Amino acid sequence: MRLIAVALTALCWAVLPAAAQSVAERLPACLACHGENGQSQNTGVPSLGAQQSYYVTIQLLMFRDHLRIADPMNDMAKGLSDDELTKFADIISKLPAPQPVAGPVDDARMARGRALVEENRCNFCHTATLVGQQNVPRIAGQREEYLVKALRGYKDNSRRGYDSSMADVVPPITDEEILDLAYYIARVKS
Amino acid sequence: MLRRVSRGTLLAATLTLLASTAIAQQQDNSAQAPAASAPAAAPAAEPTPAPAPAPIPVAAPAPAPPTTAAAAPPADKLLPGSPLFDRPANNDAASKLAPVPPPPVAVAADKLPIDKLKAAKGFKIEVYASGIADARSLAQNDDGSVIFVGNRVRDKVYAIVNKRGKREIKVVAQGLYRPNGVAFKNGTLYIAELYQIDKIDNVLANLDKGPQKPTVIIPGLPKDEAHGWKYLAIGPDNKLYFEVGQPGNNVLHDKDHGILHRANLDGSGLETIATGIRNTVGFDWNPRNHELYFTDNGRDWMSEDLPNDELNRITKLGEDFGEPYCHQGNIPDPTFGWGHDCKDYVPPIALMGPHAAALGMKFYTGSMFPARYRENIIVARHGSWNKTKKFGGDVVMVQINKDGSAGAIEPLVTGFLQPDNNYIGRAVDVMVMKDGSLLISDDWNGAVWRLSYDSAHTASR
Repeated sequence: MRLIAVALTALCWAVLPAAAQSVAERLPACLACHGENGQSQNTGVPSLGAQQSYYVTIQLLMFRDHLRIADPMNDMAKGLSDDELTKFADIISKLPAPQPVAGPVDDARMARGRALVEENRCNFCHTATLVGQQNVPRIAGQREEYLVKALRGYKDNSRRGYDSSMADVVPPITDEEILDLAYYIARVKS
Repeated sequence: MLRRVSRGTLLAATLTLLASTAIAQQQDNSAQAPAASAPAAAPAAEPTPAPAPAPIPVAAPAPAPPTTAAAAPPADKLLPGSPLFDRPANNDAASKLAPVPPPPVAVAADKLPIDKLKAAKGFKIEVYASGIADARSLAQNDDGSVIFVGNRVRDKVYAIVNKRGKREIKVVAQGLYRPNGVAFKNGTLYIAELYQIDKIDNVLANLDKGPQKPTVIIPGLPKDEAHGWKYLAIGPDNKLYFEVGQPGNNVLHDKDHGILHRANLDGSGLETIATGIRNTVGFDWNPRNHELYFTDNGRDWMSEDLPNDELNRITKLGEDFGEPYCHQGNIPDPTFGWGHDCKDYVPPIALMGPHAAALGMKFYTGSMFPARYRENIIVARHGSWNKTKKFGGDVVMVQINKDGSAGAIEPLVTGFLQPDNNYIGRAVDVMVMKDGSLLISDDWNGAVWRLSYDSAHTASR
């Protein structure tokens, strides 16, 4: 299973276009990795469906200007104008929202995750349904391993936010809690 | 508008009451507390608690989705004895709070909201420079003809060059890591990145040759993103001063955080001169006695109205200002305050308002403004996000008494925060120019404003 995921990821990277193409030309490559229906099937690649367009604009700008380093996104965003960033963000925000992880759930973990969401006030900025608002991203239904990676990155300062909101709130969260948070957020129905 | 009063609101109200009492008992602070919490120009309109939409985030942000109750059952059914017991679950107002990021692109010169800014009577506000995305801290060369501007969320240091009556904007350095702090002395520009201090010698001679490469003079400072960006200033002792803030909203930490440092101009002799500081993003020295004054931002999420940001004064080396154990001189932290007494820490000389984000500050040493401004402190209050009805979003004067204590706080420039509870600009740093006018940086608009006074021209705009 893991091998298949790795192979898929390699496949989607293979279709990366050369830089300096238009929005229409680049979009198929974006969706090849991130998923045409807004739902990523690739390990480590986030789902982007119904993502907040303002958040996407800021992230693309950060990739373009090397304020956030994440292969291959810095190359993908290279040379995009501010208008093009906006166009991408608009298109991405209109993709269908990712579906929560299906199948049987561990009720105790869901309860712990939900409690942690409230204890750490994730629901204040990301809203009660975790769909985000403006510069605060939708996290509901995001890939579980991506959520873990993002939270660990904020905690060890390797993930650079546009501002320090996440860096401010993660210090008291343990790694065990990060796993429960990601488990819950990936499965919560928004 | 009627709203159910949650337990959280009651808790906040109780805290407010307790603290008001505490403040009233503390005679030094009682005088300015009302001024800090109710500036004359504060908008009186009904708050709109939605987060401020950015004026030009390249795209118009999508409207915030409706917040509905989460599908899962209430927390008290899930985890008896959980820390959520007295916490507001899905409090409608609180769930609409979110940090307000600066728009990533500077506002075009002809779209700057200058008509919405209001200066005190007799003062005039105008655009000094625009097109400087994320304009943060300010510094100037010896004759004031070149102004340096740092970045916090972006990677550049800019210079505004005045030449033959024209102003040009140049990139002095780029590819830097949160280069928020800038200072200038004897031809050298000093830059504070998040985890190191740099310098560029002979910076003025090479401004026309494109971005210059800084040399690191103090490497290896902590890399924490939370409160890691730095203000930088050179003291009357010819030393560099900068902070390492607390690595989180409210956390216990080691001795390498929550402190103010100083070092020689070549980077040697690094020492800690004060502790217990959460996040100062502005300091300056009293011209009368060279005592260092600094702003410090209070913690988030304790309540809507507490704690206040602080204005502090260092009277001797090694003083502890109380964070994270004691806030604003009289509130023990609900988590970390146990076993600690606020009396053991140096209290602030003024309270700058709840979540106000009091940032850059300077003693007014010019001669253009009326005499009553002279040798008082001018502070940029960036404005709150962790508060339903936003607070701050202005530039204020804090009166400093002859004995070094603080008096009243009064507004100097308002309007960055509009009556509809949205920002149209946010002041970051202030700097007194050679002619006595005041520059104000604004990281929302990517602009620098100039405040001047004309005794003959008393119309205020």
